[in-house]
Amino acid sequence: MSAISREDVAHLAQLAHIEMSDAELDKMTGELGVIVESIASVSEAASADVPATTHPIALSNVFREDVVGPTLTAEEALMNAPDSVDTRFKVPAILDGE
Amino acid sequence: MNQIIQLSATELAAKLRAGEITSVAAVQAHLDRIAEVDGGERGIHAFLHVNTEEALAVAAEVDAIRAAGGTDAQALHPFAGVPIAIKDLIVTKGQPTTAASKMLEGWMSPYDATVIEKIRAAKLPMLGKTNLDEFAMGSSTEHSAYGPTRNPWDLDRIPGGSGGGSAAAVAAFEAPLALGTDTGGSIRQPGAVTGTVGVKPTYGGVSRYGAIAMASSLDQIGPVTRTVLDSAYLHELIGGHDAADSTSLNEPVPALIAAAEQGASGDMTGVRVGVIKELQGEGYEAGVQERFDESLEALRAAGAEIVEVSCPNFKYALGAYYLIMPSEVSSNLAKFDGVRFGTRVLPAEGPLTIERVMGATRAAGFGDEVKRRIILGTYALSAGYYDAYYGSAQKVRTLIQRDFDAAFEQADVLISPTSPTVAFELGSKTDDPLAMYLNDVATIPANMAGIPGITVPGGLSEGLPVGIQFLAPAREDARLYRAGAALEKLLEDKWGGRLLDQAPELSAATTGGVA
Repeated sequence: MSAISREDVAHLAQLAHIEMSDAELDKMTGELGVIVESIASVSEAASADVPATTHPIALSNVFREDVVGPTLTAEEALMNAPDSVDTRFKVPAILDGE
Repeated sequence: MNQIIQLSATELAAKLRAGEITSVAAVQAHLDRIAEVDGGERGIHAFLHVNTEEALAVAAEVDAIRAAGGTDAQALHPFAGVPIAIKDLIVTKGQPTTAASKMLEGWMSPYDATVIEKIRAAKLPMLGKTNLDEFAMGSSTEHSAYGPTRNPWDLDRIPGGSGGGSAAAVAAFEAPLALGTDTGGSIRQPGAVTGTVGVKPTYGGVSRYGAIAMASSLDQIGPVTRTVLDSAYLHELIGGHDAADSTSLNEPVPALIAAAEQGASGDMTGVRVGVIKELQGEGYEAGVQERFDESLEALRAAGAEIVEVSCPNFKYALGAYYLIMPSEVSSNLAKFDGVRFGTRVLPAEGPLTIERVMGATRAAGFGDEVKRRIILGTYALSAGYYDAYYGSAQKVRTLIQRDFDAAFEQADVLISPTSPTVAFELGSKTDDPLAMYLNDVATIPANMAGIPGITVPGGLSEGLPVGIQFLAPAREDARLYRAGAALEKLLEDKWGGRLLDQAPELSAATTGGVA
């Protein structure tokens, strides 16, 4: 496993939609480097024949009846919205300059 | 100290049922205590919100039903009128829910968590919402955006985390009961360092609907109390199947109260207790090890058969946890984007697009530890690394389950120190994430395997509490209550009372609160 670079962290921050200053990127790169190094041994532990566990207690086919239950009203759904208009969430432009 | 607040929840419930105390008096006594020790300059700061009006109203309702008698009074839950505090990761109507994050400052949930619906139905007055590490990410409650909680045993030390607020609230007699959540130890480790009891139920044993998700394959809600029997009552109250949580086990809640009552005799004859070789020694403080060894001796003297078990793959558990948990965090916290609810922050300059609003919102709304985990998780899940990181970590999970399966062939319950150290000083580990992560080394394996765990007070080291952890196979939560109650009884007999009786006296004078 390769070390985590400052460029990696900048790219990851962009993917995760977290704006970061230069100072933050420097600090995060150092901290993540230490953490990633310390967890690298995990890849040695598991050989190919070990199956993966996704959930500790696997349940399958968890269904419910296809009936309409209680749902939030539009008013309830919008009560915490940063901005709204009529019965919809209002957001700034989706695309730059259009 | 007012005698009402010193009662265990079970004792208080009995007095309420007998009409010796009213629920209003009980709630008021706890509100007074909160005013006295929580909010001052050096206050405990267990609470982020105090729910005075509603708590007193529910208490008055219970008192009126009891006073009227008849079938309505008989139909009351045995704990009706006993107040409870709620970790602020669990959503509640009518009270703010912040997850101790600026991201949710001022947010009001439009719905109740399932556990809250159960608490309302049983008419337990809710005293308020307790502090935690932001989105439950931490082991000290120092990552709260609203300031840390102090340990009632030493106001300059951490109360553990993430559920430091709930643990400190019960340890400081601000509440007899509290709810916590445990993803890697967030109920058990705070319990250990505050001298209280905390239980992580079997995964799926208690509905998580309405607990703000951190790592969905690990998260579990559970009880935080001062006695094992109190935890059993609370666990039975909140447990059971919930169709709103697709990971909820569709099985009856085990007989936990009966198990705790059986354990309270102190007899452990025929119970095989497995000492986990890998969860002691290097990294564990000498004082913690001494208390642990004393607990083993007490159990042996009470008839338990002590055996040593080995779980060789536990050495990979912490690493695997710090791949799986952040991966799930990065996904679960994607919804905090400033669009539908929560904080929205506009970028200081440049074009105003939704993408840039998200970047500015998440930069301002999340604290450092949350950002670290989101970035780490995004890394672990990214193309080219997925198999090596997330895929390997999931295999380690299987290996840990196999270790437990083998151990439980030799033992009915397993035992270890809950936390390798006693409470450390505030600020001493905030600049070293890795050192902070090591606090959960003994609690994480249970989450990885989905099995239940309990911490009970094991005595003091350097004047600070040490926790003893029992683990049981999945669905065998009752065994924890049997063993936990037995050890509690054996040690309290030795100490001549509760461990918390040895805690320093808190007052308005020591905390800067309202007398």
